[in-house]
Amino acid sequence: MSAGIELRQVEFAYPDGTPALRGTDLSVGPGERVAVLGPNGAGKTTLALHLNGILVPFAGSISIGGLEVVESNFPEVRRRVGMVFQDSNDQLFMPTVREDVAFGPANLGWGGDTLEGRVDAALAAVEGTGFADRPPHHLSGGEKRRAALATVLAMEPDVLVFDEPSAGLDPAGRRELVATLRDLPMTQVIITHDLSLALELCPRAVIMNEGRVVADGATRDLLGNGDLLAANRLELPYGFSLVEATRGD
Amino acid sequence: MGTGHSHALYVHEHSPIHRLTPEAKIVAALGMVVPVAITPREQVWAFALYASLIVTVLLVARVPIRFLGIRLLALTPFLAFALFIPLIATGETIEIWGLALSVEGLWGTWNILAKATLGASVSIALTATTEVPDIIRGLGILRVPALFTSIASFMIRYLELVTDELGRTRVAMTARGYDPKWLSQVKPIASSAGALFVRSYERGERVHAAMLSRGFTGVMPRLEHRVTTTNEWLQVTVLVAICVGTVTIALIVA
Repeated sequence: MSAGIELRQVEFAYPDGTPALRGTDLSVGPGERVAVLGPNGAGKTTLALHLNGILVPFAGSISIGGLEVVESNFPEVRRRVGMVFQDSNDQLFMPTVREDVAFGPANLGWGGDTLEGRVDAALAAVEGTGFADRPPHHLSGGEKRRAALATVLAMEPDVLVFDEPSAGLDPAGRRELVATLRDLPMTQVIITHDLSLALELCPRAVIMNEGRVVADGATRDLLGNGDLLAANRLELPYGFSLVEATRGD
Repeated sequence: MGTGHSHALYVHEHSPIHRLTPEAKIVAALGMVVPVAITPREQVWAFALYASLIVTVLLVARVPIRFLGIRLLALTPFLAFALFIPLIATGETIEIWGLALSVEGLWGTWNILAKATLGASVSIALTATTEVPDIIRGLGILRVPALFTSIASFMIRYLELVTDELGRTRVAMTARGYDPKWLSQVKPIASSAGALFVRSYERGERVHAAMLSRGFTGVMPRLEHRVTTTNEWLQVTVLVAICVGTVTIALIVA
């Protein structure tokens, strides 16, 4: 299953008055994989936290698969939208990985064999069966990231939201992550500074700056526009060739 | 990184004691510690019996006695204090190696020494055969309020992380020439403790957000685990009955 995302004129400011979203519009189709790019402080993470009701907008509307993100819908919205946070240590809070993966589905009221089946399937999907019974703080960075992904997959979400999924991973861990995400059929929103990851995974990208979507288009086109990248404090990695990277696409 | 069961308190084995459910082991531990605590100090035979029971449990659990000895070293500061009691206690004295020691004080030292060692040995046997998360789960099954078990669980989960952060802060300070030798130089450590507190608080907020995003509504879900069998409760009952029987006889004799 996958679901579309609709944001209309979403506005939000933090309690200290700092505006984070200033009329953000975004539309993502079911099954689409979209990269959200932009400088630090652009509002990317704030946007992600709105997608399953962790933050509530002051104005505007958000819907997931036609279901409005309002308090009465939070249980179903949180089932539909799986959030993978930037620091896996924030996401893995239970004594063992298995219990952590079971946390979400158990909150949804699932139990017994159904729960066990979903936990096993989610762990298998990230090749995490081997570390299921280990405490999260004994895992490597890559294993933690996979375990964090399993915790949301167990809820059988329609949308996956990733905040800097490749941060802190070694090259092999990053490659494994790309392979895993490529195989997942859900709608995916990937917030990242890793422009080559965006190009590898997402046919479409949006650039955010100062709480607004300032560019929306094919990832290859956006990354090929040097002026646009420079205006938004984005840079391709040194020596990176867009032509080489997209050869054969 | 990356090794399972690597907690310092745990001895990875596949013994019958390891296989017992955590709640059964917690009940057994309590059922041993309470009789030890209330046994009259003069009933030395009772302490010998408790010690032999604990050693038997450790042998069955294949926990090396050396491991027990190393873990017991943690008691040294407390026991060192107890050694002074015969020197400062009053009453009838006895001369040993030229020192006039209070008989009452010697019994006091023995009391602390025997009960602290046996009590600690029981806890060591419990933690050597049960991983900490399982102990917390066992406490939950034994109806310890969820608030306490949740706090304990989060504390254990994040303690290493906070310790790591503190370690990194110390390294960063040392790298910039901070080498405290005097109490007056302690201010940066106090400031870093404050910063650590704020960082931990912020992490708490992020963890809460992560919990909310997976449907948390304020109550930790109770996950299903293996139920203790009648046979397991029977084993625990036998062990506790020996201890309760021993203390009863000791109290009658005293």
